[in-house]
Amino acid sequence: MPKRTDIESILLVGSGPIVIGQGAEFDYSGTQAVKALREEGYRVILVNSNPATIMTDPELADRTYIEPVTPAWVAKVIERERPDALLPTMGGQTALNVAIALHDDGTLERYGVELIGASARAIRMAEDRKAFAEAMTRIGLSMPRGELVRSFDEALATVETTGFPAIIRPSFTLGGTGGGVAYNRPEFEGVVKRALELSPVSTALVEQSVIGWKEFELEVMRDGRDNVVIVCSIENLDPMGVHTGDSITVAPAMTLTDREYQEMRDAAIAIIREIGVEAGGCNIQFAVDPATGEQLVIEMNPRVSRSSALASKATGFPIARIGAKLAVGLTLDELPNDITRTTPASFEPVLDYVVVKCPRFAFEKFPTADTRLTTQMKSVGESMAIGRTFKEAFQKGIRALEIDRPGWVLGVRLADDGLESEGVEELRAALRQPTPERIYQVKRAIMAGLATDEIAALTHIDPWFLGQLAELVEAENEYRLAREVDPERLRGMKRLGFSDCQLAGLRGETETEVRHRRWQWEIHPSYKMVDTCAGEFPSATPYLYSCYEDENESEALGQDGVVILGSGPNRIGQGVEFDYCCVRAGLALRQLGLRTIMINSNPETVSTDFDISDKLYFEPLTLEDVLEIVRLERPRGVIVQLGGQTPLKLAKGLEAAGVPILGTSPEAIDQAEDRKRFGELTRRLGVPQPANGTATDVESAIRIAEEIGYPILVRPSYVLGGRAMEIVYDAASLRSYFGTATRASPEHPVLIDSFLEDAFEADVDAISDGTRCVIGGVMQHIEDAGIHSGDSACVVPCYLVDDVAVEVMREHTRAFARALGVVGLINVQFAVKDDVVYVLEVNPRGSRTVPFISKATGVPMAALAAAVMVGRTLDESGVPDEVQIPYVAVKEAVFPFNKLPGVDTVLGPEMRSTGEVMGIADSFGMAFAKAQTAADADLPLSGTLVVTVNDPDKPTALPIVRRFHEMGFRIVATDGTARYLKARGIPTETVLKVHEGRPNVNDMITSGKVDLLINTPLGKLTQWDDYSMRRTALQNAVPYTTTMSAASAACDAILALRSREGTVRCLQEWYEVSGIGRLGGPLAFGQIAT
Amino acid sequence: MSPKAYLLLEDGAWFPGTTRRSIAPISGEAVFTTNLTGYQEVFSDPSYLGQIVVMTAPMIGNYGINAEDLESDKPQVSGVVVRELARSYSNWRATGSLDDWLAERGIPILEQVDTRKLTRHIRSCGAMRAIMAEGAEPSDAVNRLLADSPPMEGLDLASRATAPGERTVGTPDAKYHVVAYDFGMKANILRVLTELGCRVTVVPSHTPAARITELEPHGLFLSNGPGDPAAVQYVIPEIRRLAESGLPTFGICLGHQLLGLAFGAETVKLPYGHHGGNHPVRDLSDGRVLITSQNHGFAVRGSTKEVPGAKSLEVTHLNLNDDTVEGLQHLELPTFGVQYHPEASPGPHDARGHFRQFVQALDSQ
Repeated sequence: MPKRTDIESILLVGSGPIVIGQGAEFDYSGTQAVKALREEGYRVILVNSNPATIMTDPELADRTYIEPVTPAWVAKVIERERPDALLPTMGGQTALNVAIALHDDGTLERYGVELIGASARAIRMAEDRKAFAEAMTRIGLSMPRGELVRSFDEALATVETTGFPAIIRPSFTLGGTGGGVAYNRPEFEGVVKRALELSPVSTALVEQSVIGWKEFELEVMRDGRDNVVIVCSIENLDPMGVHTGDSITVAPAMTLTDREYQEMRDAAIAIIREIGVEAGGCNIQFAVDPATGEQLVIEMNPRVSRSSALASKATGFPIARIGAKLAVGLTLDELPNDITRTTPASFEPVLDYVVVKCPRFAFEKFPTADTRLTTQMKSVGESMAIGRTFKEAFQKGIRALEIDRPGWVLGVRLADDGLESEGVEELRAALRQPTPERIYQVKRAIMAGLATDEIAALTHIDPWFLGQLAELVEAENEYRLAREVDPERLRGMKRLGFSDCQLAGLRGETETEVRHRRWQWEIHPSYKMVDTCAGEFPSATPYLYSCYEDENESEALGQDGVVILGSGPNRIGQGVEFDYCCVRAGLALRQLGLRTIMINSNPETVSTDFDISDKLYFEPLTLEDVLEIVRLERPRGVIVQLGGQTPLKLAKGLEAAGVPILGTSPEAIDQAEDRKRFGELTRRLGVPQPANGTATDVESAIRIAEEIGYPILVRPSYVLGGRAMEIVYDAASLRSYFGTATRASPEHPVLIDSFLEDAFEADVDAISDGTRCVIGGVMQHIEDAGIHSGDSACVVPCYLVDDVAVEVMREHTRAFARALGVVGLINVQFAVKDDVVYVLEVNPRGSRTVPFISKATGVPMAALAAAVMVGRTLDESGVPDEVQIPYVAVKEAVFPFNKLPGVDTVLGPEMRSTGEVMGIADSFGMAFAKAQTAADADLPLSGTLVVTVNDPDKPTALPIVRRFHEMGFRIVATDGTARYLKARGIPTETVLKVHEGRPNVNDMITSGKVDLLINTPLGKLTQWDDYSMRRTALQNAVPYTTTMSAASAACDAILALRSREGTVRCLQEWYEVSGIGRLGGPLAFGQIAT
Repeated sequence: MSPKAYLLLEDGAWFPGTTRRSIAPISGEAVFTTNLTGYQEVFSDPSYLGQIVVMTAPMIGNYGINAEDLESDKPQVSGVVVRELARSYSNWRATGSLDDWLAERGIPILEQVDTRKLTRHIRSCGAMRAIMAEGAEPSDAVNRLLADSPPMEGLDLASRATAPGERTVGTPDAKYHVVAYDFGMKANILRVLTELGCRVTVVPSHTPAARITELEPHGLFLSNGPGDPAAVQYVIPEIRRLAESGLPTFGICLGHQLLGLAFGAETVKLPYGHHGGNHPVRDLSDGRVLITSQNHGFAVRGSTKEVPGAKSLEVTHLNLNDDTVEGLQHLELPTFGVQYHPEASPGPHDARGHFRQFVQALDSQ
């Protein structure tokens, strides 16, 4: 069928900020969808609040609204743009929920907007457990027994029939938020109550446990002519009971016979038809009883998902792109297979390789969090690896996680593998409980001689997988004990996915020795294509993976080629922002006539879309893997400064191997990272730095601290995201820091800085071509000094720092760029206290704020930086001086606290946010208000404010609370704060602290009587009271702030919201206002072909 | 370490691997199949008689073998080439390992081969004769053995694959009686036909039309099978006679090709055949696409416009990858055939409707 001509404009709703359960995969999907729809000639209007996305770059869609993805704000966009259709299936659960809300409240009908891709009826049937169960019964399929419950009493009645362990799933939440497993009645009560609270419709499903069953997923697509194809099957190594996002997963399915697979395929086709997904894709999960083969349907998502992104990368079949085309009426047989370009999309990909995805967790950031894996997703990122066998892909997958394990190797300490002692009994107990470390415990179990059957019984991991793992252990033992290693043996190990580093460890050698010998023997990987068809047809798309085989299919690009190193799995501190920079750089270089080679291991991202680069290597970002590619490709150079810490760590090794590094030299990067050398640099430039020192042990640390004076900021060197960074107020805490948080050594010293209390902080991003340095923007942090820059809200232009200080920051930034010989991006962090501008750190590389500042100002920083790195000056690119925007852009961080029970929500120097949103408006208050709404912290316009702040903050709190009082808010405070406020003339009611009795502040929050909470803790010493109050607020979705500066900003925002209706405006219009929209030149936004 | 072995192709290309057991040189036509699942069905499918099958799926043997997923009573392939043969297996139905099952019948399995390289070679150079043998590299003796082995073209393998005598499957009181010419019929065809209410009399490929008329069937089925259809000349006139008598006739794969030949069409050898479970086929009657299971090296010549030599036939289905003929229908008679495998096993079930179509034709008799 030809595409629809009765619609011209399509609204695409994005997924908002990156949160656990909804990550970068929706930038990948959305970007594909926007491109696919524009290719067909539709006018595309995009709404997404996340600036760190490719999809929100202004040349992608016709109209780009960086506005909150909520029904109210999307309705404003609809009112303004009057689109003919809304495509809700590309923005995760967020977009589906918004679409359903707009359908239900009549907005869509009122403006004549049609839902395409999935109808409201289909979405509802898939989402509503009861309707879905009825649909399954109609087509003769079974689901786990269960009931939808509205109260704890109903839940109790249900669990009588379904039994323990029981699975509890709240309705309509992301990534299974609030779900869990209960093994007994007390646990059941806790989980059910949380689930009911978190469900927007206050219902939850209580169901029969299929914990331990095998788990599978199918990715299904259907077109308007009822053609259906299965794109990919995925098998979870971790059985049912662990969220698929937290499981190690494998494609294609490994342990299903054809009979079982076809039964599942038939069921999937029947489901997509019965649910009525008319044109698009869906993901269906199945559980299979390992003892009988019985299959149960678990759930269906009528939209693209994390799994569909994985399936797209695993097969080369671009699900979102095809899905968007199906949504406008095209059929599968009308669309080409983009990889082969000669065969149609109406087929089912076949794989001649194995794909393994491994989850990446961030529990090191949340020491108090519960690390047990359940049906609620807890991982923050993932790696994907491709190999010719499961064993090879599995080892590559773990090595790609960048967790200091060069493959499937044990941790250095027992604790690294989640164990306390060597005992087999402890190991057995540990194996029963899924955790991030279980896969290493399995290795310990195999090494300890536990039988496969026993491990299978303890873990419910299929014996086939355990057999594969046992083969790896066996191979290791043989290698370790071999009298000598000959080329054949070495090649055999490489074919099993062992890294040089791993092999070195097995025989007490160094990685370099192993590599040297391997190269002498000319044992190198060959690269094979991911071609969707297992070699049956010629393929036109160089999407490659390494293996140790006879035939290499990759032809070197040579001097035309530029390698861009990606940022690997998403993690806190290194997220989608860096992928954004890599993608922009790649597109710019292609436009300049160069050919790009992307290396990355993250399946969620745009950078690993096969049409972003000339060549894509889906490989771990380790020195070994990168060296092999560079050896083959002989590129002009490698870009290491855009992918965050991952490629930077490789820079020295690459340079030592003679690989040309493009842009700023690794030597300059080192000069900025090395405290001592950096100190000399600042002194030479005359830039004040907070007093500081470097300690290699606890005693020297205490000496330095006494010289500098407390409080101090301590952290390990060479980290991103403030890993293990703390503010320390006395020597005792400093000792405890060295005892628990870090192990200092001469190679890994600890950095100590004087902590500037009550300072303002700011980030400056700039580009330098070695001669000229252009400031991208000066972003003032809203939170006080001491909060990690990644966790702090920030605003451009600065609003509380005076112009003189801003100008000083610009001057300092230029001075650093010049002194370091920066060619590319540079980020400098400053603190301003008592009119003195201090430099905190200089990062001569792409920073987390590059996408935000690019979007705020309309200057594509990463693209221009890439051009600079290949020798094109800023003048040649036509870059103007710093753009002064006549509007305000606010970035706000988004946190994973509601996914991680047991975690305190108070902010500190260690970064813990997973994502960000942007608010853009003509005033600070409105921009901040939009950012809050987008971050899911909708500010109240009236109601009750609860204040409980520490003594030093009380004077700062006073004027803020007074403004709330003047706006008519009812003011309630805990005893000390209440007395302080009352004494200064603010009518304040008193509420009990948690330990003072009941009803207390938590009761007040739980019963819905609090609209806003302002709470500041005292330093690092968090009181239980404070903690439980913040968690209660979080669980009850009561907005709260933990800093006075954020409270003040919230006050501004509420004032703005009360004075007028918020309006929406697209980026293209903002750029018209600022004049940047008229900027010409091939690298300007709006010019780059995508 | 396992003994070294290799696959040598008639164009001189050879592919090293290893074997777990000692093997004698064995020749056959090297073909690849892209089925991800269903190795047991593939290896026991009589259509693969005389062929050395290369599995593009790299990990084979994971779920072992079982008593139910057999397409005939034994493995039919001459040899198997894989990237990795499982050392352990796991499935609730499994009764043993693939390795043992093949070894019992003396079928060699070559592993650790760069099967993708081999597949790409076959794709670009065509399916050809090959020989599997032990050793580090091809010897002159093995080269000579390969040169002496028969080519697939002109090879009547159906006579070898067919059942020795007549037999009946299904209940005596079944609604329909179907006679099935056995050219190497897959077991699942019988399962599906009996499930749809047919009693099936399976007859050897040399059975004359008169004998079949004597059996008084409601319809005639022409099975799949190995080899070159043009080499099965003896049965072609018999098929024509029976079909022209008005007996509803349904052919699958080789059966479909023979049906074409019976009405004057020609068959051609495809460069490297279709072997897999993901081939898109367009049903020309409604434009919809079926994902089909395929396993053939020859095809009937034709296009949407005509079937050369067979004015009474029209093309009903086309392969979307290469536009080859996938289905034929007689313009007047209740006679049709499909090149792919609606019985699947292995492969998707999208085309199951053809069996119902056949049964409906029986009904209207």
